Amino acid sequence: MRTFTTPRTSAGNSSDARQSDEPGLVLILSAYTISATAWLIFATFVGILLAYKFGAPDFGPGAWLTFGRLRPIHTNDTFYGWASIALVGLAYYVAVRSCRTQLYSQWLAWVGLGLFNLAAVAGTIALDLGYNAGDLEYREWPWPIRLIFLAALVITAWNLIGTVAKRSTQDIYLSNWYTIGGVLWTCMIAVVAILPWYQYGLGQVSVSGYYMHNAVGMWFTPLALGLFYYALPKLLSRPIYSYALGVFAFWTNLVFYPIIGAHHFLFTPLPWWLQTTAIVFSVAMLVPVLGGSANFLLTMRGRFGDMRHSYPLAFIFVGVIGYLVGSTQGTVEAFRSLQQVWHLTNFTVGHSHLTMYGFVTFAIWGSIYALLPGATGKQASRLGLGLHFWMAVVGSFIYVISLSIGGTFQGLDWIQGAPFIQSVVDMQPYYVWRGVGGLLMFLSHLVFAWNVWHMTFGRGAEVNSLAPALADRIAG
Amino acid sequence: MNKLWLIAGGPALVYAGLAIIMGVLPGIALSQTPPGIGVKPLTPIEAEGRAIYAANGCGYCHTQQVRPLAQDKVFGRPSAPGDFAYQTPELLGSERTGPDLTDIGTRQPSAVWQYMHLYNPRSVAPQSIMPSFSWMFDVVDKAPVGTMTVPVPAAYAPAEGVVIPSHQAQALLAYLMSLKQPPLAQAVANEAATPAAPAATAPSPTASSSTTPAKSAAAYDPAKGKSLFTDKCAICHQAGGTGLPGAFPPLKGNAVVNDANPSAHIHTVLHGAEGLTIGGVKYEGAMPEFASTLTDAEIAAIIDYERSSWGNHSPTITAAQVAAERAKGK
Repeated sequence: MRTFTTPRTSAGNSSDARQSDEPGLVLILSAYTISATAWLIFATFVGILLAYKFGAPDFGPGAWLTFGRLRPIHTNDTFYGWASIALVGLAYYVAVRSCRTQLYSQWLAWVGLGLFNLAAVAGTIALDLGYNAGDLEYREWPWPIRLIFLAALVITAWNLIGTVAKRSTQDIYLSNWYTIGGVLWTCMIAVVAILPWYQYGLGQVSVSGYYMHNAVGMWFTPLALGLFYYALPKLLSRPIYSYALGVFAFWTNLVFYPIIGAHHFLFTPLPWWLQTTAIVFSVAMLVPVLGGSANFLLTMRGRFGDMRHSYPLAFIFVGVIGYLVGSTQGTVEAFRSLQQVWHLTNFTVGHSHLTMYGFVTFAIWGSIYALLPGATGKQASRLGLGLHFWMAVVGSFIYVISLSIGGTFQGLDWIQGAPFIQSVVDMQPYYVWRGVGGLLMFLSHLVFAWNVWHMTFGRGAEVNSLAPALADRIAG
Repeated sequence: MNKLWLIAGGPALVYAGLAIIMGVLPGIALSQTPPGIGVKPLTPIEAEGRAIYAANGCGYCHTQQVRPLAQDKVFGRPSAPGDFAYQTPELLGSERTGPDLTDIGTRQPSAVWQYMHLYNPRSVAPQSIMPSFSWMFDVVDKAPVGTMTVPVPAAYAPAEGVVIPSHQAQALLAYLMSLKQPPLAQAVANEAATPAAPAATAPSPTASSSTTPAKSAAAYDPAKGKSLFTDKCAICHQAGGTGLPGAFPPLKGNAVVNDANPSAHIHTVLHGAEGLTIGGVKYEGAMPEFASTLTDAEIAAIIDYERSSWGNHSPTITAAQVAAERAKGK
């Protein structure tokens, strides 16, 4: 078993680190981060509006503000505006730094950013005008718009591979396995989702199951995990606990994940064997999930106290816990016995926020706070980081817990044969609490935007002016 | 590991294989599922309504999949592979914030009710949190000949003029009315063998024992009656039995409900009604039949609840009386 160290983990010399960053790369990371942040604020503002409509359904009448048009705008823009753009920007930066090289093409990175944004803007307008490809989750954008997104993915893959190809290190660090893999796989997912010839009736149901879970699990998961493998050693100035375990988790994730999609359609007329296979591999997913989480937590062994001084580390830690708890919950939800209670209820909405928010979004935040100040030389205030962290943690906790409890009651109402309207009435207090949690989350995003501004073009504190130990860990 | 083509190409190749096995091949095989008996393609206006349904995201709150589980029985028989032959894009959905709509054309066939509900769901279901689709309706001084006026209750009606469905609403209604499950071949066979039995359900892989056996007639259970009434009847006749003026007749003080002879009351619940004039008011809406979905005991419980609530005082009945009425036929 070979032990790899991340490049520069021991260097910790911030001024040296800044000199080695091309100004163009810093600008690209900043632009991707700012662009993603704008989408986060827009998409979660729409989310707040949606949450409010559960208690005030007559608020915002008219076609443009109707619930069914805003909901896919919320999901698609958090997926393809916020998370995708932020992850790609960070993946570029991690590729360049871990390979000790320069970006293959800055121009391609800018074109990619333009296309990602074009797709998200066009998709948002299309959905609001009622051009919805058929309520097929996460692929609601009309197909020409999804082709724009695919073009951005292909450019990103090309640019990432080109960057790693001209590395000055001998080995390719594990983070790049995950990010390059994630982008290439997602290109294929996008193609499978667009081609129409095998998507009629029940055939399309099976493709929907495949697509829904792969768009999440083979795109956001590998990119976010790639960030963990880079940012965590960087923040702690120590190598990942077991590189081999990381490689093992990579392969098991690759082989198990694509098979579990049909668990979104248990008890439907999809072939029973397809559903059962999906359940079996949902359990198998515990292997990469527990392996990966253990690797991250063991990398932190003895250093959990560092979180008192480092909010970036605290964000990453929450992200790791979100990955562990959210993914394990996903396995449990795939069992037929439990799905009888939870499927089709708000429990699944809580689950999707635990994973996309508690895991992916916290991973992005931790990585931005860990890497961006080192690139730009500007640091956000500790108060700003603290406000963002605590509002986001408390808000998402309230959100997930309220929908999990409410969703359980919803499912039990149905099992007990109560009139359907009873499940609507019983959800009301939990919808209110979801709104409270969501509002805290949204406010934290405003603080995050403020922090991003300080770390990029605004007047942020010089990284060096912070406590030396902390500066070492954030920079470089 | 330092070979880029291995690190990028190897996993890409593995994934391509899995994407074909788990995405494309099942898609190819299942796309060829033949339509079930009685499953028909949509007419042009129904297809138009389906597009409106998808464009406005109805599928995010309403599923169109009935699972072979006890709790899904209220929505129809379990969905079969052949049901989805003409369902592209598929609208199975992932959440049931509102009820499943697989069989809504059977469960709520009243155009009046559907239009009122679309115009403002709270006009018929006060606790509903569904959005209002009033923008699919026009407000005019006088409805053109041949166009239905939607009898919107005063609290929800525009200050002036009458509400008529636009073409969009008409197409959406046509689609909703097309959502009727054709009986499964097996269910048809069962029904032929035992005409008096309620529609049998398809084989259930997770048969649950939560269905309560038919109660003896003597034991009228007000809680059960109320629950069934809330589920099946209150959406039109309202929880207080008041109905909605001009749209759905009241049961409170209703002559048939208060008739000492329960025959007409039982007959209406069993076989539905249409175009009745009650208390001098003519009702356009159609009431669905419940003979095929409810047992004699369940119908008796509903009728007893109606006959003993909201100031109604008429003798309660037994399941045996329902069975006798059922045997007489329509």
